[in-house]
Amino acid sequence: MDSTLRLIVSNPVDRLARTIEALLVVAAAPLSVADLADAAEDDPERIETALGLLRERYAEGRSGIVLEHVAGGYAFRAARESADACARIFERPVERGLSQAALETLAIVAYVGPCSRPEIARIRGVAADSAVASLIERGLIVEAGREHGPGGAVRYRTTPLFERVFGLESLAALPRLDDLGEADDLRRRLLDVASAKAS
Amino acid sequence: MSTSQVRELELDLDAFEGPFDLLLTLLLEEALEPREIDVAGIVLAFLERLSEPDELDLESCGEFLVLISALLELKARALFPEEAAELDALEPEEAAEELARRLAEYRRMKEAAAWLLERLGTEGNRWFRLGPAPLAPPAERRLAAQDPAALASAVRGLAAPAPNVSLSHMALRFPPVSQFLERFRRLLSRRTRFDFDSEVEGLSRVEQAVAFLALLELRKAGEIALSQAAPFAPIRVSTVENERISAWTARSA
Repeated sequence: MDSTLRLIVSNPVDRLARTIEALLVVAAAPLSVADLADAAEDDPERIETALGLLRERYAEGRSGIVLEHVAGGYAFRAARESADACARIFERPVERGLSQAALETLAIVAYVGPCSRPEIARIRGVAADSAVASLIERGLIVEAGREHGPGGAVRYRTTPLFERVFGLESLAALPRLDDLGEADDLRRRLLDVASAKAS
Repeated sequence: MSTSQVRELELDLDAFEGPFDLLLTLLLEEALEPREIDVAGIVLAFLERLSEPDELDLESCGEFLVLISALLELKARALFPEEAAELDALEPEEAAEELARRLAEYRRMKEAAAWLLERLGTEGNRWFRLGPAPLAPPAERRLAAQDPAALASAVRGLAAPAPNVSLSHMALRFPPVSQFLERFRRLLSRRTRFDFDSEVEGLSRVEQAVAFLALLELRKAGEIALSQAAPFAPIRVSTVENERISAWTARSA
């Protein structure tokens, strides 16, 4: 009998923690420390302290609700152990049925973005129009200005929802591109062909 | 089917109708756009021919493969002309490097997509709210500080009766152009030339404007000649006949 009762005491940090809880319950997207400090009219450092308290209280395995640091902010989600129950009455429309083309397009926007459809098509070698439209509809990417010059193509970037769906604290949490796809073998084979052609 | 029969393969495509051989000749002579050719249609025609109860001729199949490959290459180059030009301009090693770079870039993105898919698998049991949040309060509209005296003066200005606006111009009556046409014709029947400015002096601006329109009408009909020594100088009006005489005199002198 610890966490729940402890919230009732009138310790100032506990009071702040209760305010943060309330804000996070109402919010539909992660709230940053700055957002929370603004809404609670309190000091960011004290917000961090209260968040520490809440993270401990709403850790995985301690409650049906889990506090997570995701998409550059803090948000509540259901505990993993309740996932089956959630799946019985809720859907996951954002990531349901993501095609290979859409995933590749999403990866390009996440790593290279903001980038335009022609840039995506150049990397993938095929047009990306329908994949881009599908990702916009799902809310995983949004328009982010246009390329320089008259008639510049629309550029796209990923949304905080993308980071939330994939459980990323930020885009920096994506694996480094250098660690993906060793192409040395391919390069060596192509160079062999080229030298044979030259000779 | 013999080798020559491949070349004589009769095609019936949207962009071309005739033997395969002629199609290739037209393409090589650039009389036909490769992008307009339905390669699948040619392959189908060949397959239909193959299904005929003849012995399978490997040599003709081989030739068909070579020809259709060449056609595909032509079409691919036509579809990506800039890219082809880019790669053509490079040495084989450079082209290989460029190709390797592009393929490596795509391969990394493919790996990143695979990582995302895997991530969906591990994070698929995280459930969170997706609904819209309650609306944010409307932004406060801060008004600029106002001086009471200035405000009173502004209100006083609004309370004052509006000035009477003259509508006299609405009742302007324009004299008919024909009136001036007749007047100028009569004038030129008596005199060979006159000054427009002195003729309309004393008339209202509207009458002067109508008189000028009449002048333009007469000029358009070729009844008069107009001359002006300098911009804004008096406009001299004369009969066409008189103008010809003056021009002749000036040339003779």
